[in-house]
Amino acid sequence: MPLAVVLILLVVGSLLFHLLSPWTFTELASNWGMVDFTVDVTLYVTGFVFVVVNLFMAYCVIKFRYRKGARATYEPENKKLETWLTGLTAVGVAAMLTPGLFVWAKFVDVPEEAHVVEAIGQQWHWTFRMPGADGKLGEVDAERISNDNPFGMDPDDPNGQDDILVYNPEVHVPIDKPVKFLLRSKDVLHDFAVAQFRVKMDLVPGMNTFLWLTPTQEGRFEILCEELCGIGHHTMRGAVVVDSAGDYDTWLANQPTYSALNAKPAGNAGIGAAQYAICASCHGQQGEGNVAMNAPKIAGQSSWYLKRQIMNYKKGLRGTNPADTFGQQMTGMVAMLADEQAVDNVVAHIRTFPDNPVEQTSQGGNPMAGAKQYSVCAYCHGKDGMGVQALNAPRVAGMSDWYLERQLRYFRDEVRGSHLQDYYGFQMGLMGQSLYDEQAMKDLIAYINTL
Amino acid sequence: MSYVAIADRDHEQEHHDPQTFLTKYIWSQDHKVIAVQYGITAIFVGLIALGLSAMMRLQLGFPNQFSFINPENYYQFITMHGMIMVIYLLTALFLGGFGNYLIPLQCGSRDMVFPYLNMLSYWVYLLSVIILIISFFVPGGSTGAGWTLYPPQAIMQGTPGTDWGILLMLASLAVFIVAFTMGGLNYVTTVLQARCQGMTLMRMPLSVWGIFIATILGLLAFPALLVSAIMMLFDKTLMTSFFMPAISSMGVDPGYTGGSPILFQHLFWFFGHPEVYIVALPAFGIVSDLLSTHARKNIFGYRMMVWAIVAIGGLSFIVWAHHMYVSGMNPYFGFFFATTTLIIAVPTAIKVYNWVLTLWQGNIHLRVPMLFAIGFIFTFIHGGLTGLFLGNVTIDLPLSDTYFVVAHFHMVMGVSPVLVVFGAIYHWWPKITGKMYNETLGKWHFWMTFLGTYAIYLPMHYLGFAGVPRRYFAMGNTEFLPDSAQDLNAAITISALFVALTQILFFVNMIWSLWKGPKSDPNPWDATTLEWQTPDHPPKHGNWGHELPVVHRWAYDYSVPGYEEDFIPQNVPADKAPAGRDHGEDH
Amino acid sequence: MEIGLITLAVILATLLGWLLKQSFNTQPWIAEQVSATAHHGPLGGSSNTRLIALMALMAVVTSFFALILSAYALRMELGDWVPMTEPQLLWTNTVMLIFASLALQWTRNGAVKGQASRLKPGLIATGVLTAGFIIGQLIAWQQLQAGGQLITNNPSNAFFYFLTGAHAVHIIGGMYVWARATARVMLGTAEGGTIRRSIELCTIYWHFLLLVWLILFGLLLST
Repeated sequence: MPLAVVLILLVVGSLLFHLLSPWTFTELASNWGMVDFTVDVTLYVTGFVFVVVNLFMAYCVIKFRYRKGARATYEPENKKLETWLTGLTAVGVAAMLTPGLFVWAKFVDVPEEAHVVEAIGQQWHWTFRMPGADGKLGEVDAERISNDNPFGMDPDDPNGQDDILVYNPEVHVPIDKPVKFLLRSKDVLHDFAVAQFRVKMDLVPGMNTFLWLTPTQEGRFEILCEELCGIGHHTMRGAVVVDSAGDYDTWLANQPTYSALNAKPAGNAGIGAAQYAICASCHGQQGEGNVAMNAPKIAGQSSWYLKRQIMNYKKGLRGTNPADTFGQQMTGMVAMLADEQAVDNVVAHIRTFPDNPVEQTSQGGNPMAGAKQYSVCAYCHGKDGMGVQALNAPRVAGMSDWYLERQLRYFRDEVRGSHLQDYYGFQMGLMGQSLYDEQAMKDLIAYINTL
Repeated sequence: MSYVAIADRDHEQEHHDPQTFLTKYIWSQDHKVIAVQYGITAIFVGLIALGLSAMMRLQLGFPNQFSFINPENYYQFITMHGMIMVIYLLTALFLGGFGNYLIPLQCGSRDMVFPYLNMLSYWVYLLSVIILIISFFVPGGSTGAGWTLYPPQAIMQGTPGTDWGILLMLASLAVFIVAFTMGGLNYVTTVLQARCQGMTLMRMPLSVWGIFIATILGLLAFPALLVSAIMMLFDKTLMTSFFMPAISSMGVDPGYTGGSPILFQHLFWFFGHPEVYIVALPAFGIVSDLLSTHARKNIFGYRMMVWAIVAIGGLSFIVWAHHMYVSGMNPYFGFFFATTTLIIAVPTAIKVYNWVLTLWQGNIHLRVPMLFAIGFIFTFIHGGLTGLFLGNVTIDLPLSDTYFVVAHFHMVMGVSPVLVVFGAIYHWWPKITGKMYNETLGKWHFWMTFLGTYAIYLPMHYLGFAGVPRRYFAMGNTEFLPDSAQDLNAAITISALFVALTQILFFVNMIWSLWKGPKSDPNPWDATTLEWQTPDHPPKHGNWGHELPVVHRWAYDYSVPGYEEDFIPQNVPADKAPAGRDHGEDH
Repeated sequence: MEIGLITLAVILATLLGWLLKQSFNTQPWIAEQVSATAHHGPLGGSSNTRLIALMALMAVVTSFFALILSAYALRMELGDWVPMTEPQLLWTNTVMLIFASLALQWTRNGAVKGQASRLKPGLIATGVLTAGFIIGQLIAWQQLQAGGQLITNNPSNAFFYFLTGAHAVHIIGGMYVWARATARVMLGTAEGGTIRRSIELCTIYWHFLLLVWLILFGLLLST
């Protein structure tokens, strides 16, 4: 008896849970309403079967429970009943399958007029490429990929010269226009998934895959990688921003083409030297850092990283959190650098500094214990802690340890990396949050000091 | 020798009565002892995998509260949890454990036809388990590539355990497959060749049918895993490019060219999908026998049940790519595989109907094994129905790689078979040990496990609807998810820990029963099948004393009209009890 | 995957047809009197046990090779495939394997007819020829290595090494059974029936692996 009651309660409870659950599909933002329709049909059919079969079972458990002297009926089989049940099941299955196949037929058939956006996955971030005025994407090749050519572009291919390259994980698309996402991976499997668009597809190295959709809502929609791609899988986020036609054109006009990037002059250390004077007051003449001024060592730090951080300060992606007092100071200082070229010049100058050992201030950490913590860090920052540009991971070894510790705390407490567009800071936040323990942090710093 | 040796069967290894503790319990060639060895080993590794799942649930429910869980070992936990549960626990337990115990006893044979090979199978299986466990302790730890071990990721630097872990994993799988093949050849040949007089195929209990067909699936499907494991080993160690295309990994070119990661996925799922039924079919068979016995009624539609098992087994080889709808394979495959996948729902549904119709007009004893069997029907209906979502190529677009998938396959391949495993252990415990367990404790164990697991997996589907991806160490701030999703995750974790802890009840019950439990009746459930009719209780080496049983009827003569008792064992001659009646088309 | 599928379809269809034949017209719920001495099982006497087991094993091995060939066919379609020139030595090896099979068949026929004098020379000839095949394959590998045809050069090379290696492993497995039978014949430790059955099974397995080799070799040559 309790079993039958529980079965009935579970059926009712499951239905209530389903009806009252706040956890359901996100609001649709694409043309794939038909996917939702297919889900609904399937929910009705399966829900019906779930309720009927289970209630029937509960009924049997009550009605035919053991009674002394009672006897079960002897009935080896009943062909008529079995045939009917088989037939009805086949009808139900067909009802679910048919819309599914129709929708899939639409999904594999990309409209002619769809414009192309290439989404490129790598461990563990997204970048994008779009054909320029010629409407054609240039040739790419995994063997050409390097720090200077992260997209693996063929420099001699005329089709590629006007390709628009977006080296960050946020891409814009215009509303109400069909878009075909061409998917390419540089290293391992990834998956391009935006919950609000309903469709997703794996990125497979060595081949191109695709999906298409027509965005129907303006807004910023997160891309999640949904195919396990290594230890940083859960940090591989991006965004598709759906713009009005006008906003989209503005955004597009600000994106560099391949040829424009190639033509850009390198930073000039000579000019940078003059601009560095103001930095020197805190960071030191040789970028050696000054703990009293809360200025970390910058000599020997990777140039791409320095540039990104200065730009983040300039754009207000870093140093805006009230808890980051020193970051706020820095925001004021970088305003002196007029534009990107000026930043390049300063960074070029910093690159000329000698990389002298830094004074170690951290105490109380056990490097042996820290070595275990660092095994996670090593995936991106390298076993030697010298950083890996391809993974957007800066150098951590031989830099100011007090600064490192402070930044770890900032990442953990979401003081740094909480701005949506500080993409790589956000990643570090997700990784750093597992380092919640003060002692673990000290151990880690102690280990990095030994590198 | 307590019985006539089966010398006429051309055995090189003669059956000897066990002499010492060592030959009786360790180097035993008795299928019953080997079954117990398989069972204990499988449950032992299963407990490790349960511990791993508790760790990952802690992280998901209460992110970043536990310093012993970081992204590196988190991915190692999920990988080893999945691999152990699917291969080393469920496959080994159903076929090596129940298959070994039930086939000879239910078919009326003295032992497996190749007892020595059978023993070897267990020891090779143990070796694979040892290799698996060693992989936790090598530099870099075990592999964290996910149980599917997809290349390139499984052998590239960004994944935990790519130095030694993955090598040991692949080696362990290869060894496991050798062990399985040894056992499997034995099970198939025994079913085909060593059935006692009168035991026609269509008189076999459904347990044997399920195990038999599952073994055939395993024999034909495991080679796919072996092939892919060997090719991946070559890619990793010899730098061939079977699966590895030209890539740039972390800014470095590792030197591969032209391979296809999708090729691996085809091979893997060509094994992987039949593997689902390698676990499910024995569960289907066993649960049919439990239901029939405890409902005192013949299984409804026996022939349909047999054909359904065979049909599901056959179809399971042509649905594999439904795991790959969004893998980037040729999208036109989607039409074919969605259709075959939904077709497989029909024989599966028939099985469910027939189970429920077996209860109809029965005389249901709600003893512990029966509770588990009915619990299984409930969870299997749930898991089967959610399979219709994922098998439908369109619905797979939003739901694949989310928690919906995790919830679905745990319901259908985790909870349901495990409920059957428990039901089966309670059902056959008296036969295996000769002792009874505590009924009350068993019922508590059922209620907590059944309700607890449903509380884990029902809500988990809704995380999937909301779009929470699987295999995420942490969600962080994700705009489209309500904050309450985290509360739901915490609730799921609490349920999971609860269920894990209540399994102590099971072990307490079993240990108590062995130590102090009352002696059981030789046939406590009044069952018809042969294992309950053995001359010794529990059965000795050789099972049948001097004479093999002779079977005169099917395994489901319960409540036959005109016979006083409500069951007629299979070995009761037709002239001593009703011979059944003609049951024509026109019923 | 077509090759794998078709092979499996054949195996499964055979099984299915046989099962249906057993079950279609039976009404299992009808009991009948069975005498204890009745015919044993549907597949005949229990002396078939080893044959059945061997057939099951050959089904597994067939599945194994069919799946490698499926992978071969799929991998071949990708752009970087360069056909490999197989060493001429393989022809010699093939001839040796054919003669090994013939020698074993001759031995088996002798055993069946009770001509014990054929056993020793027949088994030894089989062993020598089969070992010759294995050694020949090893030499072929060495020739390839010396000629710069390494496993990493091209997927066609990798598959060549994989397929020939996998086939050789199966032959070596067979050699173990052959060695046991031969030892028995030499030492005279087993009675004729056992030896005869052992040789019969070896013969089937040898023919089977010869067939596998001919298919593999044909495929390697044609691609």
